Amino acid sequence: MNHIKKILGYVWMVLAPAIICFLIYEAYVKIGIAKPAERANTILQWVIILIIFMPISIGFFIFGKYAAANEYAHLPETSDELND
Amino acid sequence: MITGKTIPMNAEKKQSSIAFVIGASSVGTLIEWYDFYIFGMLATILSKQFFPAEAGTAALLSTLAIFAAGFIVRPFGALVFGRLGDLIGRKHTFLLTLVIMGGSTFAIGLVPSYNSIGWAAPIIVLILRLLQGLALGGEYGGAATYVAEHAPAGQRGFWTSWIQTTATLGLFLALGVIILIRSNQGVEKFSAEWGGWRYPFWVSILLVGVSVLIRMRMSESPMFSKLKSEGKTSVNPLKESFGHKGNFKMVLLALFGAVMGQGVVWYTGQFYAQSFIETVCKIDFIQSRNIMLVAILMATPCFVLFGWLSDKIGRKWIMLLGMLLAILTYRPIYKEFIAITAASNRVQIIDYRLTKAGPLMPLVDAKDKHKMYIRQVIDTVYLDGSNFKYTITDTLIGYNEFGVNRPINLLNPTLIKYKSPKPNVVIEKTMGKSATWDMIWLIFIQIVYVTMVYGPIAAFLVEMFPTKIRYTSMSLPYHIGNGVFGGLVPFLGTLIVEFTKTDTNPGGDVLAGLWYPIGVASVCLMIGAIYLTNKVDKNVMD
Repeated sequence: MNHIKKILGYVWMVLAPAIICFLIYEAYVKIGIAKPAERANTILQWVIILIIFMPISIGFFIFGKYAAANEYAHLPETSDELND
Repeated sequence: MITGKTIPMNAEKKQSSIAFVIGASSVGTLIEWYDFYIFGMLATILSKQFFPAEAGTAALLSTLAIFAAGFIVRPFGALVFGRLGDLIGRKHTFLLTLVIMGGSTFAIGLVPSYNSIGWAAPIIVLILRLLQGLALGGEYGGAATYVAEHAPAGQRGFWTSWIQTTATLGLFLALGVIILIRSNQGVEKFSAEWGGWRYPFWVSILLVGVSVLIRMRMSESPMFSKLKSEGKTSVNPLKESFGHKGNFKMVLLALFGAVMGQGVVWYTGQFYAQSFIETVCKIDFIQSRNIMLVAILMATPCFVLFGWLSDKIGRKWIMLLGMLLAILTYRPIYKEFIAITAASNRVQIIDYRLTKAGPLMPLVDAKDKHKMYIRQVIDTVYLDGSNFKYTITDTLIGYNEFGVNRPINLLNPTLIKYKSPKPNVVIEKTMGKSATWDMIWLIFIQIVYVTMVYGPIAAFLVEMFPTKIRYTSMSLPYHIGNGVFGGLVPFLGTLIVEFTKTDTNPGGDVLAGLWYPIGVASVCLMIGAIYLTNKVDKNVMD
């Protein structure tokens, strides 16, 4: 199981920047095809989406990094284990 | 009275003390949810009252305020009040969040409309909405922590599940109050500038007042009091929660392995479902809310059931099963919604007394006398008791002004400069008894999924983090998962449907919006299944 956790960690590490790239690409395309009257609203929607999901994707990357480093091989059972 | 010191108590006293803790905490949390929800439920009226009808900067503000602001700030509220709760204590912090929430809700009901004070209206409402989001961000973590720290080991899931019912009951209360006022006042009075839509906001101050009085009688959490008396409280909860790798990795695991999926399942079942049956299936305003009310009422006991069960068999698999069922059945359920409400699936009653076309109503635009609307209402009754009302509106623009009382048949076609190429058709469906129950069951199933993922989550989060930074550590993933991943389900779902619209398919794929919750829940299910443990932590004193 620890081996799967580790391999999936790399998957999450790849998925996180892929999500960011996908969102930026989609924002570029959708803002480009928006009608002039709707453009400002479309830009705002995508700015909101990017501002929210970029830090979350970075968090997801860090999660993947921890998983790849086998940090989740053993989950802490006492509070003392959380302080390292 | 509960203090930090160990006081021998008999079982009966202990039980009534916990019941008081649950009751007092739950009432306050329920009211906070009520306050938060009424804004969303009255969004259509609020946008008309506080924002100008024309597109432009104010429309941008309205988008920001209604769809995102209240949700986006919740994690910030979690950080601000979570830190405070770990520094000064749970009781005073969630007393403060209650007052902020109640005060800002009441104040929203007092803000004059855009027509009276112009730009100030949307700006004030936006600020108050941000305050609501901040307060809610601080409230839930405090209440869940407080109850969990009072609950005996082995019953934490059961007792915290009562706190979990408040989010749904808050929605229930908000729906009930709105329906009650709207039914008594009628649409016009309710939607007027100082009309009935303001009452639910004003009611909040009474509810909050009562709740503050109750909460003031509560004592501090015994675990926090103990830490405080020993001088072991955290000096910098934010640094300890997110600066230490050991704790931060658990915050990330809680978010991506549990709360993210829980958030989307919750908001799909209770909010996207309502929005879908109203905007896609075109169910009448009152009936769509009644369907939600009945389904919520029927499913609410399942919160306690799954909370209790999680004490017996562990939290993990109950939550993940809820996600799995949601992933597998969302699309069939929503397909069924469309089938149940389709005109093609029912037999029309051919009786002109029941199925009738109303007269053509010419209405001259109040502002532009060159513009006239020709409106006709057609009622169609079906064998199963359903009634579909079609309001067809055609727009004409004349070279000269239209007279107010000019009969439509006197209009000379040569005087018409423009006629809309396609009439605007608004459909309002009132379903018959059998179809209504079919819809209630489909919503009920989705809310049962909500109870599976949400019932055990408070106990699960509390057990993940140590007492001295628990409020901060559990609040942030909870509010990112629910406020951001969950709160954006209606918005992102609608946006995805918009993306599928093409010239050949102007309606788009109405089920496409479900890919967002299905995708998020799938990733969460995989992470949760592989990385989480099913062990129930009996000792949360550390």
